[in-house]
Amino acid sequence: MGGCPAVRARGIGKSFGDVVALDGVDLDVPEGQVHGLVGPNGAGKSTLLGLLLGLAVPDAGRLELLGTSVGRSAAVPEGVAGFLNGPGLYPSLTARRNLAALASLRGGSASDVAEVLDRVGLDEVADDRVRGFSLGMRQRLGLAAAMLTRPRLLVLDEPANGLDPAAKAQVHRVITTLAAEGTAVVLSSHRMDDLAALCAEVTILSTGHAVFSGPVGKLLAESGDLDHRVRTSDLDTARRVAAGTPGLRTVPGDEGARQDPDTLVVRGPEPVLDDLVVRLVGAGVGVRELTPVVAPLEAAFLALTDVEPDTYEEGEQ
Amino acid sequence: MSASVVLPRAAARRAPLPSAFVFELVKLLSQWRIRLVLAACWLAPAAFVVAVSGQGSLPTDTVFGRWMHATGWADSLVVLAFSCTWALPLLTSLVAGDVFATEDRLGTWQHLLVAVRSKHRIFAAKALASLVVVLLLVTGLAASSIAGGLAAIGNRPLVGLDGHTLTPVQAAGTVLLAWACVLAPTLAFAAVGLLGSVVLGRSPMGLLAPALLALLLQVAQVLPLPLVVRVALPSQGFLAWRGLFTSPVQTGPLLAGLLVSLAWTVVATTLAHLLFLRRDFTQPAHDGSGRRVLLAATLPLAALLAASVAVVSAVTPASGSGVDAPGLERSLATSYAHLYRLQSAELNRPDVTEAQLRTSAACDKGGSLVEDRGPGSDWRCVVSWHIPGATATGSAIYQLDVTADGRYVADGDGPKEVNGYFPVHTPTGVAPNPLWQLDGSVDLLDPHASKG
Repeated sequence: MGGCPAVRARGIGKSFGDVVALDGVDLDVPEGQVHGLVGPNGAGKSTLLGLLLGLAVPDAGRLELLGTSVGRSAAVPEGVAGFLNGPGLYPSLTARRNLAALASLRGGSASDVAEVLDRVGLDEVADDRVRGFSLGMRQRLGLAAAMLTRPRLLVLDEPANGLDPAAKAQVHRVITTLAAEGTAVVLSSHRMDDLAALCAEVTILSTGHAVFSGPVGKLLAESGDLDHRVRTSDLDTARRVAAGTPGLRTVPGDEGARQDPDTLVVRGPEPVLDDLVVRLVGAGVGVRELTPVVAPLEAAFLALTDVEPDTYEEGEQ
Repeated sequence: MSASVVLPRAAARRAPLPSAFVFELVKLLSQWRIRLVLAACWLAPAAFVVAVSGQGSLPTDTVFGRWMHATGWADSLVVLAFSCTWALPLLTSLVAGDVFATEDRLGTWQHLLVAVRSKHRIFAAKALASLVVVLLLVTGLAASSIAGGLAAIGNRPLVGLDGHTLTPVQAAGTVLLAWACVLAPTLAFAAVGLLGSVVLGRSPMGLLAPALLALLLQVAQVLPLPLVVRVALPSQGFLAWRGLFTSPVQTGPLLAGLLVSLAWTVVATTLAHLLFLRRDFTQPAHDGSGRRVLLAATLPLAALLAASVAVVSAVTPASGSGVDAPGLERSLATSYAHLYRLQSAELNRPDVTEAQLRTSAACDKGGSLVEDRGPGSDWRCVVSWHIPGATATGSAIYQLDVTADGRYVADGDGPKEVNGYFPVHTPTGVAPNPLWQLDGSVDLLDPHASKG
């Protein structure tokens, strides 16, 4: 590593008629990094991924991929691969035939096809028509297609969409291995747990702007005070103790609390939460659970994008 | 201290056109619908011909239908005539009309663009793959019908549309040429299919564009449109091949059909290409269709039709319907003379030449109150001829049903020695009387006809 960044974008703008999809977006992805792209629907993720794949050209700004400036011709350099809006497979062809056709277009070989099929765990169904594949199998085959050309920059749109836990773990393994070999991976996902597990850095887009770009740890630090669900052995006493804990606020009318009568929701910094636990134990109240209502990464995302939790669902398409 | 030198990488190479073409061909041929149609085109015509060869009745309403038991070459021409009516536009619909739309339905455009990295090459590969499949289908129709005809009936002489006899070798060449000629309008319809597929996205209307155009043109054929408009339609090529089976060949309609088809092929393909290049593929929900795109596709074709009408009007003697008494009289007299000689040979009568027969015809449409012009089933013609050595002049009356495309069926009425009976007893057995009913074709762009 240590060469030129795989992606270097400065002030990228892109509009479709009157609709501004991207407005002054900066993005840096070094080689070997898995970089997450997240944002609510319409934030500009697909547009940005499309620019990285050469499907469109930016209206403004400068975009360099693998050290090459992408001009008006949208000719991205060799070494960029991936998929956008689904893996793009032909159901009437077998898995092997899909990849072999792609290999013939991009200069790959039959052995490359066999290798990537093996890597994504589809070697046993290589000669089955894609028509009968599950969504997860198609996602894995799409990843195999993207890997076929041994890319230096891999652009993936929702690569874990529709995968069962085992398949997801396999895809994660493949992506981290590729990154370890020096491939830069830019992936979008609605699943914050995926991003947390895979990405060293994330960029959060909101209405065409990058509202955050940096390490996941830094994003967590920006998440602020989180709502925590506290389940105890004595709710009334716990509520009194919480009310008497300095710096802690009880959140009324929470959905989760209403569903579970033994739970209350509180908000405060971590030291204050620690103090609450000590006070509860001191008052003879058993603490059965203390968990964030919303995962820290997701909370940071929601705070930065001004999206209401009830309008944002993990895994939405 | 170290410094890293970054060499600019070349832009990703575009996929080679042959690879993109093979990919498109593989995709097309992997569709069960295309495989089914291919099998049908290569097998069904032969099966049809063999089935007809075992039946007593013949499809005499189709051109060359009455000769299906006489020669295998006529069988292929019946299949050709039927194909020109519906089969070829439908086949182009199935192939070219879906070749772009299928990517919209499957959501594979972005995948394809990333893999090929050139819209030009994607378009070229799809157009070429469609062309190859369409050629395979047409070749199948031709080969199957010829093979079936030759196997079931045999390689015998063919009677042309002016009654002259083509030897088996001449028939083979002319039948193959006729199939080759219909490739031009087939490609024009395929180009319209490409355009529909690009313009209408995943809508099934794109798939139906050539079929709808064929239906519109069929309707136009039965309307009393002026000849210059008929000749300027892209379906003209589907009719003009009949002119190959007269002597001399009716080159005017044939050339007009080929040129108009070529113009439609070029304009529709170019339009499809330009609209495809303009399409934005970053928005998967938008399949490129829209009112403006539709207008951008249809207005140039309407302009092409208008220009074709203007050119045909300027460079040909066409006027009115193209069907008039002098043209019919020339055509019927010629056909009659040729078929009289055929009948004489079948009945072992002494041969006479067309010059000796000095055949003439006098035609009238609907009596004295109706102008002797235009298609219709009310044409009545009296054919006269001279027999060498005889003082009397022979005459026969024919009722003609003339269609707007210049084809006619003449139904004879006496004398009984000539066309009084349907069968004639020849030395080899009973055969249909060639003068009982006869098919003919008027040259609608006859250079001898006067304009105005």
